[in-house]
Amino acid sequence: MDNLDQLVTAAAAEFAQASEPAKLEEAKARYLGKEGSLTGLLKGLGKLPAEERKAAGAAINAAKEKIESALTARREELRRAQLEAQLAAEALDVTLPGRGQDRGTLHPVIRSLERIEQLFRSIGFEVADGPEIETDWHNFTALNTPENHPARSMHDTFYLLDEAGKVQEDVLLRTHTSPVQVRHMLAHVAKHKHLDPMPEIRVIAPGRVYRVDSDATHSPMFHQVEGLWVGQNVSFADLKGVVADFLRRFFETDDLKVRFRPSFFPFTEPSAEIDVAFMSGALEGRWLEIAGCGMVHPNVLRFGGIDPEKYTGFAFGMGPDRLTMLRYGINDLRLFFDGDLRFLSQFQ
Amino acid sequence: MQFPESWLRALVNPPLSTEELCHLLTMAGLEVEETKPVAPAFSNIVVARVLSVEKHPDADKLKLCKVQVGEMSGSANGVLQIVCGAPNVAPDMVVPCALVGAKLPGLEIKKAKVRGVESFGMLCSARELGLSEDHGGLLPLPSDAPIGHDVRAYLNLDDTLITLKLTPNRADCLSLTGIAREVAALTGAPLALPEVAAVAPVHDETRAVVLDAPAACPRYCGRIVRGVNAKAPTPDWIKQRIERCGVRSISALVDVTNYVMLELGQPLHAFDDAELAGAIHVRWPKAGEQLLLLNEQTVTPSPDTALIADEAKPLALAGIMGGEHSGISDSTRDLFLESAFFAPVAIAGKARALGFSSDASFRYERGVDFELQRKAIERATQLIVEICGGQPGPVVEAVEPAQLPKRAPVRLRTARAARVIGIPLVADQVEKLIGGLRFAFTRDGDDFVVTPPSHRFDIEIEEDLIEEIARLHGYDNVPFEPPQGRLAMMPNAETRRTAMQVRRLVAERGYHEVVNYSFVEAAWEADFAARLTNEAAPIALANPIASQMGVMRSTLIGGLVATVAANRKRQTERVRAFEVGRCFLRDATVTGGVPGFRQPLRLAAVAAGSALPEQWGAPSRKVDFYDVKVDLEALFAPRQLRFEPTQHPALHPGRAAAVSLDGEAVGVIGELHPLWVQKYELGTAPVVFEVHLDPLLVAVMPKYEEVSRFPSVVRDIALVVAQQQPLQPLLDAFRETAPAIVRDVELFDVFQGKGLPEGQKSLAFRVVMQDTERTLADAEVDVAVAQLVETAKSRFGAALRN
Repeated sequence: MDNLDQLVTAAAAEFAQASEPAKLEEAKARYLGKEGSLTGLLKGLGKLPAEERKAAGAAINAAKEKIESALTARREELRRAQLEAQLAAEALDVTLPGRGQDRGTLHPVIRSLERIEQLFRSIGFEVADGPEIETDWHNFTALNTPENHPARSMHDTFYLLDEAGKVQEDVLLRTHTSPVQVRHMLAHVAKHKHLDPMPEIRVIAPGRVYRVDSDATHSPMFHQVEGLWVGQNVSFADLKGVVADFLRRFFETDDLKVRFRPSFFPFTEPSAEIDVAFMSGALEGRWLEIAGCGMVHPNVLRFGGIDPEKYTGFAFGMGPDRLTMLRYGINDLRLFFDGDLRFLSQFQ
Repeated sequence: MQFPESWLRALVNPPLSTEELCHLLTMAGLEVEETKPVAPAFSNIVVARVLSVEKHPDADKLKLCKVQVGEMSGSANGVLQIVCGAPNVAPDMVVPCALVGAKLPGLEIKKAKVRGVESFGMLCSARELGLSEDHGGLLPLPSDAPIGHDVRAYLNLDDTLITLKLTPNRADCLSLTGIAREVAALTGAPLALPEVAAVAPVHDETRAVVLDAPAACPRYCGRIVRGVNAKAPTPDWIKQRIERCGVRSISALVDVTNYVMLELGQPLHAFDDAELAGAIHVRWPKAGEQLLLLNEQTVTPSPDTALIADEAKPLALAGIMGGEHSGISDSTRDLFLESAFFAPVAIAGKARALGFSSDASFRYERGVDFELQRKAIERATQLIVEICGGQPGPVVEAVEPAQLPKRAPVRLRTARAARVIGIPLVADQVEKLIGGLRFAFTRDGDDFVVTPPSHRFDIEIEEDLIEEIARLHGYDNVPFEPPQGRLAMMPNAETRRTAMQVRRLVAERGYHEVVNYSFVEAAWEADFAARLTNEAAPIALANPIASQMGVMRSTLIGGLVATVAANRKRQTERVRAFEVGRCFLRDATVTGGVPGFRQPLRLAAVAAGSALPEQWGAPSRKVDFYDVKVDLEALFAPRQLRFEPTQHPALHPGRAAAVSLDGEAVGVIGELHPLWVQKYELGTAPVVFEVHLDPLLVAVMPKYEEVSRFPSVVRDIALVVAQQQPLQPLLDAFRETAPAIVRDVELFDVFQGKGLPEGQKSLAFRVVMQDTERTLADAEVDVAVAQLVETAKSRFGAALRN
């Protein structure tokens, strides 16, 4: 029986030495194959006396099981080693960059406009749009600025030449987004004329505007956002509340002072300029003018088809270019219109 | 409007610091734009008299002066030795003298030896005191200036120049009286306006005044003053005040007219009476009439510009500017003074149309108090007689009362004011506020019937008074009211998307958004839109800011090409950019919006340089048509665009496609024309597309289709066709003729070259077949594929590739 033990030990040793599956299978054949040692012993059982045969058979089978189990274990070991080797060979440099297209950006001012739209939508404002070549009537007359009104000289207006090369008197590049007020009121009134009272108007109108002006702080084309709220009891106090709320949300800080200062616009009365001052940072304590606003002038409401006795409203026009500069600390307005990807790609 | 604080405080002096006063003005709507001290900080500078001047022993340009500085100076007899280099120093001159220990801007005076001679101070020029840029010599002071007195006090230098940025409705504050009136209303401080008494005439010579254009000039006061001394010097106090208002001192007569204008707000004009013939007329110009103005400009006034004329000739543009020939000079002996009211509408825009502006027209077009004329002419007469002597005649006043501005009573309802401002208000409060403005009013329950004063041109309706109430109450005292409204959900159509969402999609695909100018170079319109000839001329600006911003764009492509070129100059070769913006076209068929103009919003994008950012593991390759096409298709997905070859001025003729969606043209895509690649120095050809924004704002509502439980069958077929054969007709024919089980036919390979006949290419398609009801039989799959092959053969002469 010692032989059997030695055989098991020898087989286990040989299996352990087999460094690859083929060698293992060769070793297996030497013990368990047709000509293998153990197979030989089993074949020799027949020659034993019957009374010994049973015990000897059991012993050989036990030894065979041990050898088979050693074989299985070794096979598993080799399989695992092989997998590990394969995985090791397949290892990537995970620090190499990913491949493919980069992501682009929204223009910083448009990014601000998006936020402005979202903030005003959240209190029920719609977003409207209007033409940039505008009629003189919508840009001035309907905004209570008749011809030769001194307020017309506040805006340096771009005019167009007609096809004959003469100055066209009735159209211009809009100098502000306020004409959208009139267009929107007229459309709103037409849509809701069967309702009394008519639903409130709450709308903002972002867009490009144009003035004959160009230096470090003025661009001949810039952006404005018009806001309009008309209802039965909309007041100057509401205007202050909405605008101050907006500014705190836009700049995401309560560390901000908002000041309404009396001013003059032909299309609002009372009118105000809105100044903000930050209470910390580089611009600490400086009043910065960011919008004009006021209660919609009764004449403008009438031009919009609305009875000023029944409805009141406020309007504001603010400069998203300025807001964007303040928000991101941009110091030169001209960067917005320069198309420099080194600048634009920063606004991911 | 610039003025010295001291002048305002002489009229009204509330217990407020300079800063508080400025804040008060700003918060009342008279924005203080700037404040600056009249003189920089300096100390220990006194009035001194030069007693003697001798040559410096060792320097040609220096002088040795004995200067009397008074007893306060520390020297025993009040006389100092000072070395001075000023060219104008002379005995008996009175000048500012900085004593030892004096601090000047950037300088401290010490006892010094100048070229070996001791000097105990410095005699000062205006520039050394920071008063002006004048450094031609010492600042001469009047000979009666008190020796030893502090120069700051003597010259009233502890004063602040305040500049107001007035809005056009507040012309009443274009004078010290007006500002003082406002400050009194805001603070309740007493108003001390100068007494103006009528100056009794000493002779009865007059000139008749005839109002031939009473709509333009409903009131005109004139007066002759004989025998004035036009060479009399202007008193320092007048000179100082007008100069601190930014008005140059010219002569006593001119200075007085300016002084009265600044004090009261009434522009005045003085004619040389010797130049006048007969009565004065205010009339419209005759055809072709010309006038040489004081600014040496000869004008031919438009028919609606009123003139001041005598019986022979025009004298002045009424309310705008005087004429050169009838103006006063040093030799003037007899004056004809004018103090008139010209209607704002008659003056508005006239000076601007002539290309200049004047103090008079600026005031008249905004509104001058129409009851001020007599007071102003009396005030001016009083000062002229005081300063220049002379004998005044009686005032002739021509007036057309019906043409004077009306001051109709305005009703103000307390409740309305409370509603508009959004604060609780009671009538007593309102009464107090209106009272402070000194507006005439009567009370009717809680209403007020207010008659606006003649100096206010901005009180016509109730809102004008509500604004006054809000202003006087203080905007700061109006609460920040959180908005209240009826809550209702905003519509949110699933079949719409916003322009912002579209922009985000484009950005996700690697494009950076730019905002280019809407006005462009005319050459861009010619190159990229073929707009140069008259029938398709671009829309030109009448007053462009620069010639390269002369016309309105009809395409966004020009701007994007410029973006690529500009970035290349900054060493950014790979450019992917897009813009959403308006284009502008004349279109006579447009009747809504702005008639005659089409202003579509478009989205355009450009890709230039390498297809992908420089990276490992991907071969570097220039961007091509198909790289950009897939981006464009993705924006519209799942809707399918169609592409047809097209010709476009901006694009390569063989690499351009018209893009359509459901039969509607939406835009173009293509490689930039090689001519423009060269002209704009772009290196390699960028690919651009430009599409209308509107169709991109449509989103597709998903529609459920049953998912088949039965397996699909996939077959590949390769067809050999002529090389020029476009794909689209083949796909269209497949779609038209394929049996219902064919779910999809997709091109997956294009091959030309080895193994194919010359001029032929192979197109490989993957055909996916499936039924929702059953598993497909081989036979029907074969029939379906055969049908596709047959279609290709019969319609396109295709052969099956073996």
